[in-house]
Amino acid sequence: MAKLPRKMLVSDTISQAFRAIRSQPLRATLIILAMSIGIASVTLLTALGESARNYILYEFQSLGTHLVTVLPGRTETTGGQPPIFGETPRDLTLADANALLQSRYIAAIAPVNIGSAPVSARGLERETNIIGSTSALRRVRHLTMAEGRFLPERESDKALPVCVIGQTIKKEIFAGQKALGQWLRINDRRFRVIGVLAPQGQSIGVIFNEIVIVPVASAQMLFNTESLFRILIEAKSKPAMYKAVNDIDEIIKARHEGEQDITIITQDSVVSSFDEILTALTLTVTSIAGISLAVAGVLVMNVMLVSVAQRTSEIGLLNALGASKTQLISLFLTEAAMLCFAGAIVGISLGQASVIVLQTLYPAFSLSIPVWAIFAALAVSLTTGVLFGVLPARKAANLDPVQALSKR
Amino acid sequence: MIQLNNIQRYFQVGDQTVRALDNINLTIENGEYISVMGPSGSGKSTLLNIIALLDHPSSGQYLLNNKNVTQLDDNAQAKVRRENIGFVFQFFHLIPRLSAAENIEMPMILAGINSQERRQRVNKAVADVGLSDRADHRPDQLSGGQCQRVAIARATIMQPEILLADEPTGNLDSHSGSEIIELLEKLNRDGVTLIIITHDQKIGDRANRQIRIIDGKIAA
Repeated sequence: MAKLPRKMLVSDTISQAFRAIRSQPLRATLIILAMSIGIASVTLLTALGESARNYILYEFQSLGTHLVTVLPGRTETTGGQPPIFGETPRDLTLADANALLQSRYIAAIAPVNIGSAPVSARGLERETNIIGSTSALRRVRHLTMAEGRFLPERESDKALPVCVIGQTIKKEIFAGQKALGQWLRINDRRFRVIGVLAPQGQSIGVIFNEIVIVPVASAQMLFNTESLFRILIEAKSKPAMYKAVNDIDEIIKARHEGEQDITIITQDSVVSSFDEILTALTLTVTSIAGISLAVAGVLVMNVMLVSVAQRTSEIGLLNALGASKTQLISLFLTEAAMLCFAGAIVGISLGQASVIVLQTLYPAFSLSIPVWAIFAALAVSLTTGVLFGVLPARKAANLDPVQALSKR
Repeated sequence: MIQLNNIQRYFQVGDQTVRALDNINLTIENGEYISVMGPSGSGKSTLLNIIALLDHPSSGQYLLNNKNVTQLDDNAQAKVRRENIGFVFQFFHLIPRLSAAENIEMPMILAGINSQERRQRVNKAVADVGLSDRADHRPDQLSGGQCQRVAIARATIMQPEILLADEPTGNLDSHSGSEIIELLEKLNRDGVTLIIITHDQKIGDRANRQIRIIDGKIAA
């Protein structure tokens, strides 16, 4: 009796639990099915959410991560979208934009003016958006040329009669024929086409394929306005961006009689708020799928309780043979955990299969199950199994052995 | 050595108290061969269950080898059941999904003995009960007598000093019944304390010491 009580070997616990599972194949199949549906939906929805997030973040980052946008007007309390048009009587002008060049943290400044006007050539006409800007726009928005060149590098107040057009405009107005060097009529003015943009992805906000770009001074004449729509600024580096924001704030304040009447948006603040929104969305969708895991957990508990009831006499026997309560609990918990683990493996495979199917259907949208989601799924299913297995296991351990043995 | 001092066991049935065991005093020396007889409901099985630590006395003291085992915690009682006591049932209580050899192996699994030693001991045990050619059969492929022999091999695999048998022949024909009794008596001759509950006077008479229980009391 001096010997310490030896514990049941782990390998034996597992193999005994496995034999018990194998002896009730229908029960095992049902639990695995329920658990795998839960796990598959969680992993699939996580994959969708994560991939959507990555897609949008990538889109934003392709615009350049140290982009700063300056808008006229300031929203303080609404917390809504920044104003599209200024709410202040004081405009943001070309002079303001040029003044910003004082800051040594700024690499490029592109003042932007925007408006809508009919454009025509050789009798074909359509209404489209006109952007007035400078040569810096190309750098700031990472535009690439298909033919010709971009706006010339001149002082921004020179209203040259030249324009750069998008692919759709070329196709629709010039009917696919040579556009370079041709005249394009915008409102009642003529502009020579000096460049055609390469087909652009649908960059957030502006569809560059359907746009005509003219020098900013020309746009001011076209739309008869001094004020700018916004100023796009590229900081020299990411750390310089915050210093640039301070500089912009001070320079404009000094020029606007000490009043802060502009809104400054940094690209990364846009990215991070989108990131937050999409993460929240992913989590929401995943939690909804998580409900199915809870349902699976309840099923596990139910089936394990039935199993305990069916094996009452066996439990009494194990008691008589010298099984302690702890051993009985660990046997039944191992069973529940193994069933759930198997369910998780099947579920992850199902999720992976669905991802592959979706990927072949929509090859443009890159979809994948994040690695953390796989580990989380395994952990969650094991936790569910153990959590919902505790009650049946305790019930088994607390059976009165005499009564349990009297059942046949 | 088993010492039962003033053991009482009450059951509450509705608002009535049933005295299953009423002030039992009993001392059993190592190696004894005892039969317990008495009418149904007299408390024979309750006595056996208390000795086996499957049931707890309402009051009184149970000393096993001079150690008070009624006060041990669950783990320690499980260890005593595992190492000191073997139990043979009327209805065999074999686990249906396991083979004869695996059923015999079960107490050693619960004791945490490694699989190599288990295999050796199981091989010897099936040979001892004459079932070497049936070791891989499942209980539903064995006759009643064979099942009971598997159960006896299982009850003795941990080499306990006490073997309790609750109507071990109650579910067998007379031929296999007497085979089982002979097997149990052989184990007793090898030194195991044997306590048999039976309804069969002929079997009861074979024991060296006979105990009659009537209404929860030892009659003679």
